[in-house]
Amino acid sequence: MRIDLDGLRTGPAQTWGAIRLVPLLRDRPVEGLRLHRIAYSEEPRWSAVRLSSKLSYYSYVPHGFVADWDRDGGDRGESAAFGTQILDETKDKRGSVLGMPMQVHRRMTQKLGKRRARFLPLHFAIEGYLALHFGGPDIAWREWSDRVLRHGLSPRMEASYRGTAVADLQDALKVFEIHEGQCGVLLYAADALAAAFVVPHPDDYRELHPTLMLDHYGELIYQYALMMPPVKEFRAGITEDVDTLAELRAAAEEQGAQWAEFHDRVMANALLDRDYTAELGYVMGDFELVRFRPAFKPGEENHIGEAITDREGAIAYLKTYRLSEAQVRRGYLLETLATNGWRLSAAAKAIGTTAEDLRGRIRAAGFEMILRQKETAAGSTK
Amino acid sequence: MVAAEDVLLFVNAATASTGQREFSENAEQQSISLSFLHEYMRVNYRELYAATLALGINDHNAMLAVRGLLGNARDVSAEQKAIEGRLIAATLMRLSPPRVFRLFKALQRDGVNNRRTRAIIRDWMTALDNPAYHAVKYRSGFKAGLKHAHVDFGDGELRDFLFGPLQRKPYTTPILETWRQAHYDRNVLYKLPYTVAEGFAAKHGVKREVFIERIGTQMTPLEKLRTDREPVDPLAVLEGSAKYCGPQQIPWLTRLAVRILALPLDERAARRAELTDGMRRFARSEAGDLAGTWGRVTAVLDDSFSSFGSPVKRRRPLAVALATHFLLEALAAPGQYTPLWMSGRDDPLLSYPSGATPLGTRLLDALETAPTRIVVVSDGWDNSPPGLAGEVLRVWRTRLDPARRVDIVHVNPVFNAEGLDVRALSPLVPSVGIRDAEDLVLLVELAQFAQGRVGLPELLAYLDDRVRRFLGAD
Repeated sequence: MRIDLDGLRTGPAQTWGAIRLVPLLRDRPVEGLRLHRIAYSEEPRWSAVRLSSKLSYYSYVPHGFVADWDRDGGDRGESAAFGTQILDETKDKRGSVLGMPMQVHRRMTQKLGKRRARFLPLHFAIEGYLALHFGGPDIAWREWSDRVLRHGLSPRMEASYRGTAVADLQDALKVFEIHEGQCGVLLYAADALAAAFVVPHPDDYRELHPTLMLDHYGELIYQYALMMPPVKEFRAGITEDVDTLAELRAAAEEQGAQWAEFHDRVMANALLDRDYTAELGYVMGDFELVRFRPAFKPGEENHIGEAITDREGAIAYLKTYRLSEAQVRRGYLLETLATNGWRLSAAAKAIGTTAEDLRGRIRAAGFEMILRQKETAAGSTK
Repeated sequence: MVAAEDVLLFVNAATASTGQREFSENAEQQSISLSFLHEYMRVNYRELYAATLALGINDHNAMLAVRGLLGNARDVSAEQKAIEGRLIAATLMRLSPPRVFRLFKALQRDGVNNRRTRAIIRDWMTALDNPAYHAVKYRSGFKAGLKHAHVDFGDGELRDFLFGPLQRKPYTTPILETWRQAHYDRNVLYKLPYTVAEGFAAKHGVKREVFIERIGTQMTPLEKLRTDREPVDPLAVLEGSAKYCGPQQIPWLTRLAVRILALPLDERAARRAELTDGMRRFARSEAGDLAGTWGRVTAVLDDSFSSFGSPVKRRRPLAVALATHFLLEALAAPGQYTPLWMSGRDDPLLSYPSGATPLGTRLLDALETAPTRIVVVSDGWDNSPPGLAGEVLRVWRTRLDPARRVDIVHVNPVFNAEGLDVRALSPLVPSVGIRDAEDLVLLVELAQFAQGRVGLPELLAYLDDRVRRFLGAD
């Protein structure tokens, strides 16, 4: 799958410190799909998402999105809700872990009515990344530990930074002046694309703009925002000889046009140029909720994410997460092992290295527990 | 020259900033910047610093300045002390009583209790025309002032009321007697000042609506505005209200603008005639003799999203723009006024903060109307595209209008703490801080100094004149 931002054009960027926000504007909103927000809790607390009877996803889930489709199709009563809705907690059976309050959600995407579904933004995509080859080796080669053969990669965990922890992000979002017709935003930290966020309708964007604060951001973004100097802002400069007011206006308009194009030059197209592996999550009428993951190329920009697309594949909703370098390496290792049938030597050969080196890489990536202990010992004495 | 620049910088800050949170900066940043500026001015240019009290700096800063002057007077000459004393006394007369009492409490906390301080407190308190009223309404502040400055009113009843024992019955002073009775009788409390009666009403369990209905005339106009008691016919607010003590000037035009912007859009549209009429009446009385004398005026008014201000100064920058709109309408020659809102909307009464700030484009529109004067009301965050306004003004001033035929002034309601000044659009156009639209005329006067065309001697002469007028007024 490719990410296709047809129907969206970029607007002039606004910067604050190391954060640059590039608005994405739609000339006409996507018809038939709306999004709004459910806030789960003002207090940070753990949530468990029951994926199946045996599998759960634990995370801090501050909010969920409700997708509403085909509003004119007779489900108006339920889809009239705007603003924050508080989920009725009494409906859920509450569990607890070490005395921490805990919320249990059933499934990543859940039907709420005839034509509405709630899903947990970004968690759906991250869960896709976590579940990558979650079952472990298909063939019980002797290099793998008993544990990974029996239980797979469970428990698999990843850490990310909450938006509130990203320096300047709060101020950048606060002072951002939302454009007329704005349906999305590209968020850069030190000119590295941190996230893309697209919704179907400008009103939805207005409502969901603050939720960018509650999203996940990779370690790279956190560090860039913290360490990097303020990004260069476009400055208008009129240099031509101007002798009349009309000429001055022409020069000013020229500057305006240059400004709107400015970010296209600094913008990395790494998000749009790649091929992604998509996985269908939920079908809502004419729309499909999919999550996608990249080919995991170490040393490059890799984004995972989720999207709601219509039949033609045009994006109605998009949310991406930039993987940190370590996360890319983990994905890359798992993919390499899986494509080579979980044979260590074959995988090592495929990437042009030795089995010993690959073992080292697996350990360094934090997957030591998947290697058989004896093998590890034998390897280190050699 | 440096001194002149510093004074103007300080006046900008002290007019615009109230040490509260702004759109892009928090309260700490604002107050740290402010306190630095106050100390810098006090140490380096004490005479000028004291004189700025006459320049209409806002109440928050006037209070800070008085505190600083009284608290740090070790090596100051006697003449300087004398003039400072008169300036401070005049300032206290201008401030609202709650602020003055807050100042007394602050002086008490600071441990400032020199002879001059005591004398100033004593003079202010003994000059009150109804001490018993103040003692009831501002009890703790009144008490703090009395204690701190060792003031003796020689009124045993008042002393007993404040310091006990509370055994007198009945009091001969009517308001004290009312206060005593209000403890037992819920019908008496409506004769007390609003804020005091509020406490008794709660004690007696009087319903809020009933209380508000009956307290009516005991509320000051500002209290009426605060409690939402049909405030919008502006003259009706002023009539039939409790009087303020002391000659205070309340910026009604800006207050009303704030009030109007707090109304829902539908209500504003429904009461359009009434609201417009009220604003116009205030603007006309503000303009006074100057009405219609400014010639052809074009205003560039900022209603971008940042004019929302902050939760503690809700829509303040927008309110200043709205009030300025009506004031300029009155000041300009009839029919010669063009308002240009940032968003392109043309209904000032229905304005709300949204969108970006295309200042450069709007300035071009303004220049095209061929005015004699352009007034820009904006926080100076020119971001669509960034810096275009500065470029337009630069080219205009250097290439198209070097003779300065068009007088351009930028008034900025937001203090930029990081830059220690209000954000300027261009070095070629003066930017001055503004708090209430009513100060516009004076600020435009002051702006000529900001352009660097007029030097320190002229500024000093101007300051002297302002000080004389300020002291002569009371």
